[in-house]
Amino acid sequence: MSSLEKETTRAAQQAARGFIGGDLLVESLKTEGVDTIFGYPGGANLWIYDALYLSDINHILVRHEQGAIHGAQGYSRASGKVGVVLSTSGPGATNLVTGIADAYMDSTPLVVLTGQVAVAGIGKDTFQEADVMGITMPITKHSYQVRDPRDIPRVVREAFYIARTGRPGPVLIDLPKNVTGEVLPAGEDYFSNSTMKIHGYQPRFEPNALDVDRLREAIKQAKKPILYIGGGIISSGCSELITRFARETRIPVTSTLMGLGSFPPDDPLYLGMLGMHGTYTANKAVFESDLLIACGVRFDDRVCGKLERFAPNSLKAHLDIDPAEIGKNVAIQYPVVGDVGRSLALLLEDVPVPDCSEWLSKLQKLHAEVPLTYTKQPGILKPQEVLEMLQAATGGQAIVTTEVGQHQMWAAHYYKPVSPRKFITSGGAGTMGYGFPAAMGAAIAKPDQTVVCVAGDASFQMNIQELQTIFERNIPVKVFVINNRYLGMVRQWQELLHGERYAESRIGGPDFAKVAEAYGVLGLRAENAEEAQAAVAKALSHQGPVVVDFIVAEGENVFPMVLPGRGSDEMMLADRWSE
Amino acid sequence: MRRTLSMVVNDQPGVLSRIAGLFTRRGYNIESLTVGTAEQPGLSRMTISTTGDEAELEQIIKQVEKLIDVISVVSIGEDALVARELMLIKVSASAPARSEINGIVEPFRASIVDVAHSSLIIQATGDTDKNDALVELLRPYGIIEIARTGVTALIRGQLVSA
Repeated sequence: MSSLEKETTRAAQQAARGFIGGDLLVESLKTEGVDTIFGYPGGANLWIYDALYLSDINHILVRHEQGAIHGAQGYSRASGKVGVVLSTSGPGATNLVTGIADAYMDSTPLVVLTGQVAVAGIGKDTFQEADVMGITMPITKHSYQVRDPRDIPRVVREAFYIARTGRPGPVLIDLPKNVTGEVLPAGEDYFSNSTMKIHGYQPRFEPNALDVDRLREAIKQAKKPILYIGGGIISSGCSELITRFARETRIPVTSTLMGLGSFPPDDPLYLGMLGMHGTYTANKAVFESDLLIACGVRFDDRVCGKLERFAPNSLKAHLDIDPAEIGKNVAIQYPVVGDVGRSLALLLEDVPVPDCSEWLSKLQKLHAEVPLTYTKQPGILKPQEVLEMLQAATGGQAIVTTEVGQHQMWAAHYYKPVSPRKFITSGGAGTMGYGFPAAMGAAIAKPDQTVVCVAGDASFQMNIQELQTIFERNIPVKVFVINNRYLGMVRQWQELLHGERYAESRIGGPDFAKVAEAYGVLGLRAENAEEAQAAVAKALSHQGPVVVDFIVAEGENVFPMVLPGRGSDEMMLADRWSE
Repeated sequence: MRRTLSMVVNDQPGVLSRIAGLFTRRGYNIESLTVGTAEQPGLSRMTISTTGDEAELEQIIKQVEKLIDVISVVSIGEDALVARELMLIKVSASAPARSEINGIVEPFRASIVDVAHSSLIIQATGDTDKNDALVELLRPYGIIEIARTGVTALIRGQLVSA
């Protein structure tokens, strides 16, 4: 059907059934610039689907609601736009809960639309009723239940505004069936009343100038400063500013998992990732620093380790848009609340240049002496090799998503994204099953870019049903399964911390190449370095989706590692302790 | 350290749940919570009495402020606020005990609001400590039931709480 025919048919159908709440919703979404929705129909959202029928919004029909929400997250993380997901009531909505929690932890802007039973049935334990607002209150930035269709334009407008501004996050709109199905009198202007009423929400963009000046003075005094940067740099879109700031001040940089891609990986100032699996030099630098400048981060436990031993001798500055993050885990002497990009721009107006060249060269020397390392074994494919091949083949230009576990850390170590929004991973929540649907969402957002999902054999099985979605829509996601037949990170902890008692960490999987083929997706398998090299090349040059099953060494561990309860200066490097 | 948080919130379903849920989830303590309509239609004033050290109280306020339905929060120290709680106490009171009880109630500016054969209901208003003291004095007579509203509060003088 041509788009004109579609529009005519749609208009005729709408005229026949009347203009309903669902139409108002779809119009409001279009006003917000929504072009893609990830969803799954059911009883309570039928009127919304009726309104979406033949509309020019691209609806991605998934095979499980969890696939829909992670798809929306991947779409959002790759594009910077608000991701939109639509489910029905009850189990449809509760299947979104993991994704909502994940988006809340990683500050991903989403608008989550859930169908709900009709208002008259709410509270009566009606078929497929669940108190989704109640269930999701602690994991949403805000939520609404719409009781009058006339509120839809205002609520949608507020939801998008809240989701994308300040510290971004998921906003839920619960839509009872009678509200989306209500026929509204024609000829009224339902949009004139969409003025936002959110007096309790005023995110602070502009930092306090005095706070910026205080920090500027502190930077001038510092001898061993370090920039600790994270996902906030990407949310704020200030990757260029942080790069300029680091280069003009000559302050070394370390990034969190969420911040990867926000600083050029080959810059001599860059020390790699910090934290539990951070580089030796990054963790050492933080430990020895006298001024830690934290930008768009949240002092997460996987970064800090034992708090008393986290940067124990440093003064700490924290630039963040969320005032509640300041001092939440670590005492801060130089708080700067506001958009981190704006704060950096103010600092750059009169750049403080510390005298820290000695410190920098010491760290650079250390970084060269203690690089990330692993041992190759003839005839056996090492997981790190696969990631190095991916890096070599893409030059860090591809969008890489990951699942959760060892492969995620190896991807963080060996894949070097050259720009923001090219490394998409579940950082805070650590959601297995995230990476594959997220890759699907990223590929829809960025059809001109190569998108690779680095998966574990266990994680991939958590949302493997989306193979059907990528097959049907020909979404060219490349899934690299790093298959070690184990829940590798669990196995690693059992080896190092539980006396090698490998309880339930050995986990079987199917022949992933054959599974892919069964779905109509190209499936490849590689058992050694030569096969892997060929498979990487073939997968990346293949036009459509592909799954590569890399059969890797079973017992490989991720190093360096800061064991739980240890300070960030106490690292295991391969099999020996650093100190 | 005890602090009183005075907040103005949207008068909407779920607001109490959001705030109470936040306190539960982050492990903050609620000693008492009162809520009622505020001076402006559509808004409620909620007063929460809580305890914690300086850093914890700062976190509580910041986390509460993040809720979209919370218009404003102020933390008021004990000396800067007028804090009142209403208390009803049902106490056993035989005829001879009544005059004694009357003598206790009077200096507290409390009043007897219900009289039955063998019991009285006393209504008292004041800060928490004053009400606690009255409870202790009445205990020997046999307390049957107590209902307390929890503290509600405003800042003294010209300043406004929101």
